[in-house]
Amino acid sequence: MTAPATPATSPATAGERPGVRLARSRRNAELSLLLLAMALVAAYGAMVEANVLDTVTPDFWVPAAALAAVFLGMHLVIRFLAPFADPALLPAVALLNGLGVGFLRRLDLANAAPADRAELAIFAGIGGRQLAWTLVSVMLAAGLLALMRDHRSISRYAYTLGLAGIVLVMLPAVLPASISEINGAKLWVRIGSFSIQPGEFAKLALLVFFAYYLVRKREVLSLASHRFLGIDFPRGRDLGPVLVVWVISLLVLVFEKDLGTSLLYFGMFVATVYIATERVSWLLIGLVLFFGGAYLAYFLGSTVGGPFLNFSVRADIWLDPFGDPYNKGYQLVQGLLALGTGGLFGAGPGGGQPLLLPEVQNDFIFAGIGEEIGLFGLSALLMIYLLIVQRGLRAALAVRDSFGKLLAGGLAFTLGLQVFVIVGGISKLIPLTGQTTPFLSAGGSSLMANWLLIAVLLRVSDAGRRPVTGVGGKVNRPSGGPPEQLHGAPTEVIRP
Amino acid sequence: MPELVITVARFGFLILLWIFVFTVVGVIRRDLFAGARSGRLVAAPRTVGASTGQATAKPAKVKRGRAAHQLVVTAGQLAGTRITLGEAQITIGRAEDSTLVITDDYASARHARLVPRDGQWFVEDLGSTNGTYLDRAKVTGPTPVPLGVPIRIGRTSLELRP
Repeated sequence: MTAPATPATSPATAGERPGVRLARSRRNAELSLLLLAMALVAAYGAMVEANVLDTVTPDFWVPAAALAAVFLGMHLVIRFLAPFADPALLPAVALLNGLGVGFLRRLDLANAAPADRAELAIFAGIGGRQLAWTLVSVMLAAGLLALMRDHRSISRYAYTLGLAGIVLVMLPAVLPASISEINGAKLWVRIGSFSIQPGEFAKLALLVFFAYYLVRKREVLSLASHRFLGIDFPRGRDLGPVLVVWVISLLVLVFEKDLGTSLLYFGMFVATVYIATERVSWLLIGLVLFFGGAYLAYFLGSTVGGPFLNFSVRADIWLDPFGDPYNKGYQLVQGLLALGTGGLFGAGPGGGQPLLLPEVQNDFIFAGIGEEIGLFGLSALLMIYLLIVQRGLRAALAVRDSFGKLLAGGLAFTLGLQVFVIVGGISKLIPLTGQTTPFLSAGGSSLMANWLLIAVLLRVSDAGRRPVTGVGGKVNRPSGGPPEQLHGAPTEVIRP
Repeated sequence: MPELVITVARFGFLILLWIFVFTVVGVIRRDLFAGARSGRLVAAPRTVGASTGQATAKPAKVKRGRAAHQLVVTAGQLAGTRITLGEAQITIGRAEDSTLVITDDYASARHARLVPRDGQWFVEDLGSTNGTYLDRAKVTGPTPVPLGVPIRIGRTSLELRP
């Protein structure tokens, strides 16, 4: 670089810089939204007690207050470590998590003997365990924010994480069924009474690897192509990695007997490829491969049986749940009846019969909640999920480096896809598979993995919204390479 | 608990849930619009010379014509990308830390940069292999860039827009 006449990076008066407008961190908006969310959780707790116990105990607010303390701690961590992170993410997630804890506590109340109900300890039962897991997960998320000051730093461990992800995916498949099988799906690793679902963490690790790999390969994947029927199709040899992921997800489908997870991994990969290359052909190839694979598994299951049997049984239940309503179709039928009983406005928190639903604390939590808050409330919950996904995609648009874009876009999409898979499953839109509902379902693995996901999104959105030089912003690197310019200026893609 | 209280609370809860959703949307909406509005405000070259007041800025602006507010990629891989211009320089090249990272085989890692001076943007080649062209002329030193004249870098072409 020849002696540059450094441009006017120092404006005449910093006070009237219009750029300061962009530098609003909006942490106070986050705080007030968070308080509103916690008020909702407390109200939910009070209504549950009013309906189940017929009276509101004086300490109905204790679980909500405990959650509020945890989330306010997270809010403070964000204030210091990621001051420009998106203000909507934390309150939205906190509300879902809080309602999840509230609903699980409601199940505990219903399970407890009527005499013990009034003085149910705060950390008792699955609700209490979920509360403890929330604490652990939020601390992990805060730790990730503290460790990862720049989201690009994790791209250094991309290959390690990719390998770890594959190992985690494969682990339950190779372990004997006595360790890894719960309710017919081999997704678990059980050590004593403690069980973890490694696939939840594999999701994150694989996505980091996908993002890193695609940043390096995007040009080949998007440029080298031949045109067929007006759509650019990639060359055969570039299809390699997609086929590998396809085979892996089919193996998951067959050996772990879980359609949801395999759909999740494959969809995640196809979506990141699409984000990286903007080629519709990848979406088409992905859909054709997935539906082809799923149909093949169904066909093989109904003719050959063996490892494919599970999927074909599930598909049959999906096609006609009322054909065998007391046996195979019992769970789905009960879920549909619960949603139907809920109707438009629901029976009120605590007013339903969630204990009739098998696995209501887990896969069917959405149907259990739906019975009590109705379509009106469920659509609000779905809106909140949609808003979380939208904020993730927005963070992907705002951040300036391709790795961050792919990472945030892929994570947001994965979260949305997971909600689609499980909610679609219980509402009989697609065959039911055992996915957790993010932030609502009981379970530490899922909660931890999803909170880590949110931490990454917070970090990326912080990088995207952070101004170059502004309040609280980091100063440009003193020397060595040109400074990172224009972090605050939005780049938008417009299509003519 | 009287039935009436429970019914009121039931609907109150649902309404509160939706109020939360709309409050979040409100925060996000203001967020989005704030970005768009300040995108216009950030266009500093017009106001940099006029820190003393609006009065002196006006004639200067009229004389100079409309100031550039956006850099738009009109051709090449990134066609359609738009950057709102601020008062900071814009570096263009294949390097990941450039302001505008262009994935173009004919571009150098640090290819060129756009520098604002007194409200006028100058393009400067940073010793690239294949050169930077302003319309058809090769850029040798800092050259003022008029609005709507294409800057060509490899297969990519950029324009300043008001």
